[in-house]
Amino acid sequence: MRDGVVVKGVQFRNHRIVGDILDLAARYCEEGADELVFYDITASPDERSVDRSWVSNVARVLDIPFCVAGGIRSLADAEDVLNKGADKISINSPALANPYLITELAERFGSQCVVIGIDSREEADGWFVYQYTGDPDKTTAAQRQTLDWVTEVQSRGAGEIVLNCMNQDGVRRGYDCEQLAVARDVSDVPLIASGGAGAMRHFLEVFVESDVDGALAASVFHSAEIPIPDLKRYLVENGIEMRS
Amino acid sequence: MSPVAIIDSGGANIASLLYAFERLDTKAVLTTDEGVIKAAEHVVLPGVGAARDAMQRLRDASLVDVIRGLQQPVLGICLGMQLLCEASEEEDVECLGIVPGTARKLDVAEGFTVPNMGWCETTIRGEHDLLKGVNDGSWFYYLHSYALPVSNYTLATARHSVEFSAIIGRDNFVAAQFHPERSSAAGAQLLTNFLGLNA
Repeated sequence: MRDGVVVKGVQFRNHRIVGDILDLAARYCEEGADELVFYDITASPDERSVDRSWVSNVARVLDIPFCVAGGIRSLADAEDVLNKGADKISINSPALANPYLITELAERFGSQCVVIGIDSREEADGWFVYQYTGDPDKTTAAQRQTLDWVTEVQSRGAGEIVLNCMNQDGVRRGYDCEQLAVARDVSDVPLIASGGAGAMRHFLEVFVESDVDGALAASVFHSAEIPIPDLKRYLVENGIEMRS
Repeated sequence: MSPVAIIDSGGANIASLLYAFERLDTKAVLTTDEGVIKAAEHVVLPGVGAARDAMQRLRDASLVDVIRGLQQPVLGICLGMQLLCEASEEEDVECLGIVPGTARKLDVAEGFTVPNMGWCETTIRGEHDLLKGVNDGSWFYYLHSYALPVSNYTLATARHSVEFSAIIGRDNFVAAQFHPERSSAAGAQLLTNFLGLNA
């Protein structure tokens, strides 16, 4: 989301508007999505918090869990979002700037609502964490190896990790199963795959090859290219257990 | 009709529960007021966060004996379910003791992460009006690190590294480990059934 509407980019650039929040939320809920994540990508780069009036509106219509990400930099920010009806908060850049925030959030609200988003990019010598990825001009390397950060956020109290593989984002060539499988090995908390879904088989691949707890996608759902009911039927037929 | 009283046991994230009742056209209020709680036809004990904080909050509000003495249908949700039981291993907290059992920490095991976050297939193990129209094998949304073992009061179970109580009931007290307010149609059915229970 940016400025109150849903947008989607390719590899974190060139975002275009894809629809109204409430319409999309209701549609995904009806179609059988198991959880929704709302990323306010303008939040961290602009050093302001999410415009939160929409959180209550979303909470009113949804009867599935949802997570809010973007601009949550303090206990007060988190409390506001949770009080408005979000089930989880996801933090990314602010956790890199102040890792102790993870512990504070977990102690105050419980690990189960503290999700850590990690933007990871593959480079010549390994996987590295990036921050402020909402704005291409401000995106910087966080000077951390991805797997070290995956381990550290858990020890600090993270209850879930969304690993977004930036090389794959929006290009629809499949999830980074290799990276996710390695991250799986060091994750005792739920791990959600993000970045790269372009076909139904990509979802099957990431569940089978990387043993992730969930698979997140945006482009293919926003465009209705992959209808959620079809995807779930396909996955169940291929032996993946899920609500359908 | 008096509204549903949702006991404020602390923690954030009560809004989703209020909205769930709103979707069922039922008025609900968040309260720690003894009078409001006693007068309500239905009482919900939710809970997010740590057991110790929640019990302390109930004690501070002098609600421990009030809850124990309630005669109308009471629904515990998530941590609220654990609060209804005898104790939680989470910091060895003594709870309300209304339903026998002690909440135990879930173990990380092959194929199972902790917290248990997500949709779990839920098996019906007993008969209760709370379960009317809820299909065996329905999926509900869970978000927890502690769980109650299966007991004589278990009405439904789900699986993690061990099988645990998903729904329990004793007299006018019922409880769910999952979040019915976030469990789509199956959750709405359960809440509707709860509102249909009589004292």
